[in-house]
Amino acid sequence: MGLNIIVLAKQVPDTRNVGKDAMKADGTVNRAALPAIFNPEDLNALEQALRLKDKYKGTTVTILTMGPGRAADIIREGLYRGADKGYLLTDRAFAGSDTLATSYAISRAIMKLEKADIIIAGRQAIDGDTAQVGPQVAEKLGMPQITYAEEIVSADKGKVVVKRRLERGVETVESPLPVVVTVNSSAPACRPRNAKLLMKYKHAKTITESQNASEDYINLTNDRPFLSIPEMSVNDIDADSKWLGLSGSPTKVKQIENIVFQAKEAKQLTAADDEINELMKELIANHTIG
Amino acid sequence: MNNVFVICEIDEGKVVDVSLELLTKGRTLANELKCKLEAVALGHNIGGIEKELYQYGADVVHVGDDERLNPYTTLPHTAVITGLFGEEKPQIALLGATTFGRDLGPRVSSALQSGLTADCTSLEIGDHEDKKAGKTYKDLLYQIRPAFGGNIVATIINPDCRPQMATVREGVMKKEIYDKHHKGKLNKLDINKYLKPEDLVVKVVERHMEKSKVNIKNSSIIVSGGYGMGSKENFDMLYELADVIGAEVGASRAAVDAGYAEHDRQIGQTGVTVRPKLYIACGISGQIQHVAGMEDSSMIIAINNDPNAPINRIADYVITGDVAEIVPKMIKYYKQNTK
Repeated sequence: MGLNIIVLAKQVPDTRNVGKDAMKADGTVNRAALPAIFNPEDLNALEQALRLKDKYKGTTVTILTMGPGRAADIIREGLYRGADKGYLLTDRAFAGSDTLATSYAISRAIMKLEKADIIIAGRQAIDGDTAQVGPQVAEKLGMPQITYAEEIVSADKGKVVVKRRLERGVETVESPLPVVVTVNSSAPACRPRNAKLLMKYKHAKTITESQNASEDYINLTNDRPFLSIPEMSVNDIDADSKWLGLSGSPTKVKQIENIVFQAKEAKQLTAADDEINELMKELIANHTIG
Repeated sequence: MNNVFVICEIDEGKVVDVSLELLTKGRTLANELKCKLEAVALGHNIGGIEKELYQYGADVVHVGDDERLNPYTTLPHTAVITGLFGEEKPQIALLGATTFGRDLGPRVSSALQSGLTADCTSLEIGDHEDKKAGKTYKDLLYQIRPAFGGNIVATIINPDCRPQMATVREGVMKKEIYDKHHKGKLNKLDINKYLKPEDLVVKVVERHMEKSKVNIKNSSIIVSGGYGMGSKENFDMLYELADVIGAEVGASRAAVDAGYAEHDRQIGQTGVTVRPKLYIACGISGQIQHVAGMEDSSMIIAINNDPNAPINRIADYVITGDVAEIVPKMIKYYKQNTK
């Protein structure tokens, strides 16, 4: 008996590469102005799912991502690496969601999919670093949660054994299925794209993306239904709009400030030998070191 | 009712530092709001734990002492805390941003639909005017945190939902005894009232805890390296300098991500916050996410080949040049001058 695994993955702005137009006037992130990447720890999560698929025959791995249309890239990337299918949860009504509104929408979408045994997500996303969506999805689905996972050791006979990486050590926990697991960056890196899968899925498109496609493409997808990436909107997940977007978000951004450092009078030195020598003498003399 | 709560983390029968830091902060907030400070401590065989919490300013300590609460698992703690909060209706609830607080906090906030701000670097009380709705909110908790990879600082509020929940990293707030003779009230919790059998489905089967080998938090000198070190080999020079001058080695997030250093050496908003006597920043550009974790160092030496690196603005000494050339010179001249 295989497992049914859902991997929650997020397309994130690459926060290591931020320009001036990154923020909108209302304090939310202007995602359109930034390079978008697969959230790093979600790739660790995908790898854990794929290892379970390798181990337990008949397992299916489904990627679920919430975001704008271009987040379909995340699903294609997942398919290239071994996922079986993916869903894009996309709607303007989700704009401005905090973690609770996001978790609500994701949990409603999960309820519409085939019943999952394990839901795996990255511990946190690099744009917010909150680590909240995994546990909140678990709470909304009434499932146990295992956070900070480094390895899903086994998942059979209705239970999962997971190794967690904590501040000062390792803990192994056991939970019945279904369960939500969030994975750390200390877990093994995700396998690379598979050349055959890349060929198979490179033309995979969402309905929105294929609207402007040529007749040839339409004919192609008629023969190959796996190239069609399903989209889900608010109407598909039976969501109550008051729990979505800004209205479903208890936390509000009051103010955003750019970082300005207080300038100090600093002593300027170069790499010249006498300058470094003087500095070390000074530090020793005033007992800063030594 | 409507008091400030700190959910304490207990490790091997002792309250961890970040919880005491939050009590110190919580005491200030409670004084400003003219309300009480209450602490929650859940664990097993923790009788008498309230005494220390009183000293850090707690007026009421809720203790749940039960074998089902140790070792920590998410669901029983969530059940007790959501149950207790339902009765006590706190206006503010604070947790440490540890694996404990970041596991428990979101679960509780989801159950209460109350909103939670992660990894705050500052907490203040202030008002808020919602011009659109024509409403003014008094005495909200301003939850201030770097966001977006540390490129901005955001002030987050929860205007309508209670409690206003926040996590804070260890070392960010100061820990200070409020009053050695301060006495509070003990409230022993009846755990059976809150726990259901389905809360006990997750079992800890094995635990290997060890003392952290890296102790950058308590080191008075830190030599820290960033992505600008260029390679793992160059980064390893820092251990030599640290060894010679009696320092610990820290790292920026970029250096950790690049594999130059282990994760437990990371300094900054998503790592450890440090306040050493001397901080030597090598090849660190000085993104706010890093600076947030070290700006209170007494003396900062920045070594960078970019004369305009942001780190230089908070440095006491700026050495502009090749770090791979400068670090060996520092070792050499330290040895020469201490002979």
